[in-house]
Amino acid sequence: MLLLVGSVPVDKLPLIKGPVDFSTKGIEIGGTKLPINRGNEAMMTAACQVCKLLGLDKPIGLVAGDIGKREGSEAIYYYLMERLPSMEVDVMTLHYVMPDLKLNKKVLESVGQMQKKPVLIADAGSMYVAKAGGDASFYDVFTPDIGELTFLADEKADHPAFTRGAIFHMEENVSELIQRAYAARNAPPTMFVKGRVDYICHNGSIVATIEEPSVESMEPVGGTGDLITGMISGLIYAGKDPVDACMIAGKANRRAGELADPTPATQIAEIIRFIPQALAEVIEESG
Amino acid sequence: MKWFKRKKKKKSPKSDKATRGLLIFAHPTTVIAVQELLRDEGYDIRVVSPPPSYRTGCDLSVEIPLEAEAAIVELLHSVRLAPMDVVPITSEGMEPLQFVRVKDFGKYLMVRAANMKITVDKETKVIVNISGGGCPDVPFLATSMLGKRLRDAPDPGEVGFSLCAYSLNTAREEIIKLIGD
Repeated sequence: MLLLVGSVPVDKLPLIKGPVDFSTKGIEIGGTKLPINRGNEAMMTAACQVCKLLGLDKPIGLVAGDIGKREGSEAIYYYLMERLPSMEVDVMTLHYVMPDLKLNKKVLESVGQMQKKPVLIADAGSMYVAKAGGDASFYDVFTPDIGELTFLADEKADHPAFTRGAIFHMEENVSELIQRAYAARNAPPTMFVKGRVDYICHNGSIVATIEEPSVESMEPVGGTGDLITGMISGLIYAGKDPVDACMIAGKANRRAGELADPTPATQIAEIIRFIPQALAEVIEESG
Repeated sequence: MKWFKRKKKKKSPKSDKATRGLLIFAHPTTVIAVQELLRDEGYDIRVVSPPPSYRTGCDLSVEIPLEAEAAIVELLHSVRLAPMDVVPITSEGMEPLQFVRVKDFGKYLMVRAANMKITVDKETKVIVNISGGGCPDVPFLATSMLGKRLRDAPDPGEVGFSLCAYSLNTAREEIIKLIGD
């Protein structure tokens, strides 16, 4: 099972779980329609697109409404704490869950009780809480952008908002930041650093970079990073090695951006529709 | 020459005796309103991370001079911004990042504070994109603010709840300084 977990911006939407269906308008889980948006809707759509292309079963979505008041995130934490030990999950992606150090540690304890530990992927708030709790190495893949990488490289920061100025200003030296993150054990084995140049890291080393095609106007478009996380999730579920999954996802994301020819005002839905074509091209090229 | 060496002065007893206190709130964005109010009233305050026992991973508190605690708490009660708790502190908390990065895309301007980016049409002042961030209110804030002129869009400090909303507010204030609203 590919389990995709996170909050959606619908106030008081109760916890729902079920196969994720997708269309050009958004996703649907357990009869609840969620329009395309940055965050989990984009991440889950991209994962669905990979699964469909590669003939896999649909991902299972576990979502709850949370607009920052924590209720939805807490419902997710409690569900995972109670149910994970009896679930069979191959890959679990956690995204946009409100950081809660104590509850996240309990979820990780539940992961430890599973018969087989799933591949764990974290982005956004779920990555922040993993790092702040000193648990990054328990995970398998993080997908930070450059700003979030400075946070991972700052051993004292609990949240990107607390990254110290001196480290925030080291952004031009990405390899140094990556080394710092690994040295402080604030990075999992595989990391995809999203930026003007994408860096794919494994066990402390940069194993690949992706620079082309370069579509500068993708940077302001909210949700492009979510697509990468979703594609990586689907590709790992398909059996790809995490580093290969990062390579394919990074290239496909750039190709989709190139096909969409965005401006800084473009919305994520306009890029999502090119993901299947981009993925097919990249997978064919990579053999 | 040894005899000219001055004895090192001892550091102020900041770390031994608590002279500062922390106001703890349920949401980081409440701190924005409290910060503005207390600064306007002339108090010497800092916005910092709370002590470990209060940390969830997404929180912010206000450091105040302890001698002013009673007056500050009374003031905050009167405007319904009462803190959850007040704790004395003996060490300094970390301050949130105030640095921003600006990127000019010609027709559009993007400002990033910490992990949050806001992009605005320079001519119309309409918010065209919000990206980055990781707390659940970010997609909600994006939906609420996109397509609106800066002056008409909801203030992330008022409708958001998280440190990402705090950073988005920092970016928004900077972009208003640069191009107006």
